[in-house]
Amino acid sequence: MTIQDWFEKRKEAQIQRRALEAKVEVDMNPDLWTKCVHCDAQLLKKDIEENQMVCPVCDYHFRINARKRIELLFDEGSFEELNSNIKPTDPLDFVDTESYKDRLEKAHQKTGLDEAVITGIGEINGQKTAVAVMDFDYMGGSMGSVVGEKVTRIIEEAIKRRLPVMAITSSGGARMQESALSLMQMAKTSCACAKLDDEGLLYINVLTEPTFGGITASFGMLGDIIVAEQGARIGFAGRRVIEQTIRQKLPADFQTAEYLMKYGQIDVVSSRKNLKQTLADILEMHALAK
Amino acid sequence: MTVLDFEKPIIEIEKKIEEFKKISMESGMDLHKEIENFEQQAHDCRKELYANLKPSQKLQIARHPERPNFLDYVNNMCDSFIELHGDREGMDDRAIIGGIAKLDGKPVMIVGTMKGKSTKENLEYNFGMPQPQGYRKALRLFKHADKFNLPIVTLIDTPGAYPGISAEETNQGGAIAVNLREMAKLEVPVIAIITGEGCSGGALGLAVANKVFLLEHAYYTVISPEGCASILYRDASRAADAANALKITAPDLLKLGIIDGEIKEPLGGAHTDPKAMAETLKSTIIENLKELSKISGKQLKSDRYNKFRKMGAFLE
Repeated sequence: MTIQDWFEKRKEAQIQRRALEAKVEVDMNPDLWTKCVHCDAQLLKKDIEENQMVCPVCDYHFRINARKRIELLFDEGSFEELNSNIKPTDPLDFVDTESYKDRLEKAHQKTGLDEAVITGIGEINGQKTAVAVMDFDYMGGSMGSVVGEKVTRIIEEAIKRRLPVMAITSSGGARMQESALSLMQMAKTSCACAKLDDEGLLYINVLTEPTFGGITASFGMLGDIIVAEQGARIGFAGRRVIEQTIRQKLPADFQTAEYLMKYGQIDVVSSRKNLKQTLADILEMHALAK
Repeated sequence: MTVLDFEKPIIEIEKKIEEFKKISMESGMDLHKEIENFEQQAHDCRKELYANLKPSQKLQIARHPERPNFLDYVNNMCDSFIELHGDREGMDDRAIIGGIAKLDGKPVMIVGTMKGKSTKENLEYNFGMPQPQGYRKALRLFKHADKFNLPIVTLIDTPGAYPGISAEETNQGGAIAVNLREMAKLEVPVIAIITGEGCSGGALGLAVANKVFLLEHAYYTVISPEGCASILYRDASRAADAANALKITAPDLLKLGIIDGEIKEPLGGAHTDPKAMAETLKSTIIENLKELSKISGKQLKSDRYNKFRKMGAFLE
């Protein structure tokens, strides 16, 4: 054990003790304290944040937004955003219990983003790659015209610059409010994947909590290598829809990254801590093979 | 024949016609003028009704239990058909059927989703909901077509890909995704026709085509109106509202640039005259194949790419 390991172990033990012994009510000081949604431990928010948004007690991986993901994965200052000027519109004048325009505005207020994906080029331990990172906080990470267009453009840009592409997904699927136009984004992005495939450039999927529907049924599952983050739920149909259709209870771990790996659908399941190194290694080995 | 609720006014008139015919037979009275009059009324009423259908009513026609299915069309359109079974990996999903056929004397690969008309048939075809293995079978046939230069015709009528345990365990999403990607690479003409329900990725998995058509009362959508209603309205009974909002019918889809054309159905829907429907469908396919056959394989591939590349609406 190195000194560093010993310090880390000690720190972990401290956090665990603090979490379990804490008598502070989360409600009393919600700015500082929170509860793990998985193990119920009371935790200092700072402890989770310093631990890459992973529960220090039970290792539960909290969902993180696109900006945080970029910060965790990409070398500092290396990420250059592209096509941020593409913005959503409301082609169908869609109104349900609320208008689509209002929902877009609310999503913007909530996240500060203009859409559910950020695209660009950056470096992971010095390995350059094009990337699309989805953000679940923006309308459930759903794919409408803008997500489809930005994903397609970053693939086209990668072809131009002869770069690998990485798609980091977190999405409930296609966006209902753009109906068939959303459905066609599945075709559009998959066609772009076909071009990428023809060009012989590496395509990596990183599936994170949650990835479903129109995303797994298009660019989300077309990677040459498919990596999933530990514990992420991934599937085509949602759990509730399946339960209603077959009228059976599903196993608790159904549609988790680990479950899907057992069924041969995913190459690698990685913890958040190891993800950066894993991706850097994959990129480097393919770059060296050229 | 199953009667749809909005057809009741027509049924009322038809009942009167039957009554008058009976009276005329029994009493020997000459009522042919009255009967003709009622028949004209019934026709006008039907015409009027069918020209002004709401999306939710089209939905009912698209799902009519007697609506012609894949094999009805194949039997009525093709001179010979050899079904090619299975995914070569352990399964022959009956919800997708495909094979080589002669259409107007020329060979084609024809593939489609299959629905049954009885409970027994529906169980066999899983209500037209394919498993991943069905999409893999379809892809195997597409690649065969590509290798031997056979144009591809797909007929689609599905409420969606099957949501089940084994479907998830064998990668439903991935199977559809691979079809989308690989259909983009085909160097033969591909024509897709939504003949009934064109629901979500399950339909799109056979529809990355050079030309996409919709039958007059068919629909094409990202999610079923019921599914949309239960998520967005939190009330599945508001499916009719969702059907309006989703813009799922041919005229709307034409405006949005999603489809290339609408194919007219016989008055009263395809199920009232499956043979006439098949004839219309056949001539549309032949006409379009003739056009597409003049284009080189490489060009077909790049045309197909550009067709889908353009889809979407955004500000820049």
